[in-house]
Amino acid sequence: MSEVTLTQRQSTARTSRRFSPWWILIGLGVGLFLMSALSLVTGADDLASSGTWRATLIAAVPIALAGLGGLWSERSGIINIGLEGMMILGTYGAGFFGYHYGPWAGVVGAILLGVAGGLIHATATVVFGVDHIISGVAINIIAVGATQYLAAQTFSGLPGGGQTQSPRLGDVQSITIPPLSDALGAIEQQEIFFVSEVAAFLRAFVTDLSLLTILALALFVVTFYVLWRTAFGQRLRSCGENPLAAESLGVNVYKYKFIAVTTSGALAGLGGGFLAMVASSNYRDGQTGGRGYIGLAAMIFGNWRPGGLLMGSGLFGYTETLGLRQGGESVHALLLLIAVLLIVLAIWQWRRANKVAAAIAVGTALASAALYYSIDSVPGDFTRMAPYVTTLLVLAMASQRLRVPATIGKRYRRGSAG
Amino acid sequence: MNARATRLALAVGAPLLALLAAFLLTSLVLIIAGDPVADVWDTILTVPEPRNMANIVNNATVLYLSGLAVAVGFRMNLFNIGVDGQYRIAAFVAAVVAGEAWLPGYLNTLLAIIVAILVGAAWAGIAAVLRATRGVSEVISTIMLNAISTFLVAFLLRQAAVREEGSNIIGTKQIPEGSRIPSFQLFGTPGTEVYGFLFVAILAGVLYWVVLNRTRFGFELRASGQSLTAGMASGINAKRMVVLALLISGGLAGLVGLPILFGDAYAYGTTFQSGLGFAGIAIALLGRNHPFGIALGALLFAFLDEQSNPLQILVDVSPDIVKITQGIIVLTVVIAYEVVRRYGVRLEQRRVAQALGTDTKAGVAA
Repeated sequence: MSEVTLTQRQSTARTSRRFSPWWILIGLGVGLFLMSALSLVTGADDLASSGTWRATLIAAVPIALAGLGGLWSERSGIINIGLEGMMILGTYGAGFFGYHYGPWAGVVGAILLGVAGGLIHATATVVFGVDHIISGVAINIIAVGATQYLAAQTFSGLPGGGQTQSPRLGDVQSITIPPLSDALGAIEQQEIFFVSEVAAFLRAFVTDLSLLTILALALFVVTFYVLWRTAFGQRLRSCGENPLAAESLGVNVYKYKFIAVTTSGALAGLGGGFLAMVASSNYRDGQTGGRGYIGLAAMIFGNWRPGGLLMGSGLFGYTETLGLRQGGESVHALLLLIAVLLIVLAIWQWRRANKVAAAIAVGTALASAALYYSIDSVPGDFTRMAPYVTTLLVLAMASQRLRVPATIGKRYRRGSAG
Repeated sequence: MNARATRLALAVGAPLLALLAAFLLTSLVLIIAGDPVADVWDTILTVPEPRNMANIVNNATVLYLSGLAVAVGFRMNLFNIGVDGQYRIAAFVAAVVAGEAWLPGYLNTLLAIIVAILVGAAWAGIAAVLRATRGVSEVISTIMLNAISTFLVAFLLRQAAVREEGSNIIGTKQIPEGSRIPSFQLFGTPGTEVYGFLFVAILAGVLYWVVLNRTRFGFELRASGQSLTAGMASGINAKRMVVLALLISGGLAGLVGLPILFGDAYAYGTTFQSGLGFAGIAIALLGRNHPFGIALGALLFAFLDEQSNPLQILVDVSPDIVKITQGIIVLTVVIAYEVVRRYGVRLEQRRVAQALGTDTKAGVAA
């Protein structure tokens, strides 16, 4: 038994090293370099433009916030498939309060409605011991029904509003740092290999950056600090790893799980609010389009760690953006990148004497390359498929190294530690 | 004997309690929003007209198949969210096959049904293989596959499509008359046609019950679903069970769109009903994965959907209100069973204590 705990602890230590901030920076650098090389080889010039990065940020933030919500909840041992519903509640909250009381009230409204969803989930799972997935599914259904019912009730008849959408909402402020933005823009124009791409990337962070985006990024730092650097966070995570041990040490497990799931709802709600107010300009039915689920996928991809989650959301947001912008050309270029990366993977697998995996990788690489040379542009339906396919591929390659919180999804009853 | 009666009363009481709670909570929402509560329930809880009854049965047939598909996964502790993608891609391919009419009459129908099962199973098979070989959670992979199937079907539809005259709706070729599955009149009057596919759905339910409860395979499935380690200890190949359960679930999902395809739409177009897979999750949960329970759940959901239709016209309330009710029912049913279970355990303890002639808790510790 002690041996098992020891290996578990070692693997946790290893993963925490893998996703430290430096690794994220190095990963970003490598990614940017690959994209520069790719656009040089293929001539696809939208792969790493500042416009692409700005759109990526906007696409990634709602997913990242939903994922962050999932992180809080699942770290305390509660599976939260209801993120989607809490996000939907958030979009409505932003629509209703944002229209009547201004954009920042919209942000608060989004968070509050998300919290409401979180409280339902916490009550059902913690107090009544309902299966986490059942409760999540129920919340998703209730959220869809409630928002559509309320939208029809509160938005029809308003100027620009209707049965299925709210009137136009005011925007929360965006900030631009003009000298930096201009200077970086100038470097981007120069088209110097790699340097321009780095400039374009940085430019996205100083040009027209929504305050909500900054808030979202700050919440990642806060989450990391609170969950991994404070006693409170240690206790919260202990509820997900071993609630009985936590209870025997005097931790009020119910309380921590409640806090975690409520925070989860708040974050997912904020993600919904971002969708309604920053990513678009009003509430619409079905606006979330499954982003809550995708946030969950990004969180699993990120191994239940904030850094990894951020990378997962970035990857998803990036491929989604590529598909929506000059998708045919950009995704076509990605095919070449996939072929090259798979060849590298094949060599690595071959050296580890994993011949079947190597053969599969080579086969897929050849198929990808053949596809690249046989067509000039990828049809629109497939470019929009890119983020989902990427997620599947990445998970297929990474998923065996993941470590789930130990008692996730398990029912816990107070006093069962004896 | 008395204990048994109590248990029965509790088992029946739980769902009734849940329904009552759901109605009360929905009423609360209506009151807060300022809508006429009495009129809404008056509209929903009237006895349906024969025409509406037929609609309810038809919708319930579709929902039932969807619920069965999800339930197979649940029995193995797998969560197939992908029924939605699986049934759409399967219905599309089946529509193309049936529309091409390579075989005459009902042979064509049979071929299309088999193709639909295979396609649904294959699409779920991707998730199964990823789960068994790479350990990718089927929850995530099936969500991704749902999105992928949406775009894939949209793309393929554009390749295979014929434009309906005078409209922008595109669809596959119409299924020839001889290959359609005839409807029958529920009450012998026109307007009460019910899908002939209903019998296939009932057959699927019976098969589901027999396979899960009366075969070795079903036993192994349920055993490894309840405890993977116990299953493995008794020699069950867990990976094989995961793959098989997802394949069967996908195959059943392949049937979901077919009642509509062969009994009503006769082609797969851009307006083909979507979202049936998600309703199936709720219904499987509601029916506690039992074929009879799933049938009741499907009928209840179909009843609420159908009866809420005239709400907008009659009392100016959005029919979406019943979605709130449906969601709440899923929660309250589970909560009610849990509350009743805890109560039942306490009753049992008291009864045993009495029988043993002691009142101390030590007497019932075992």
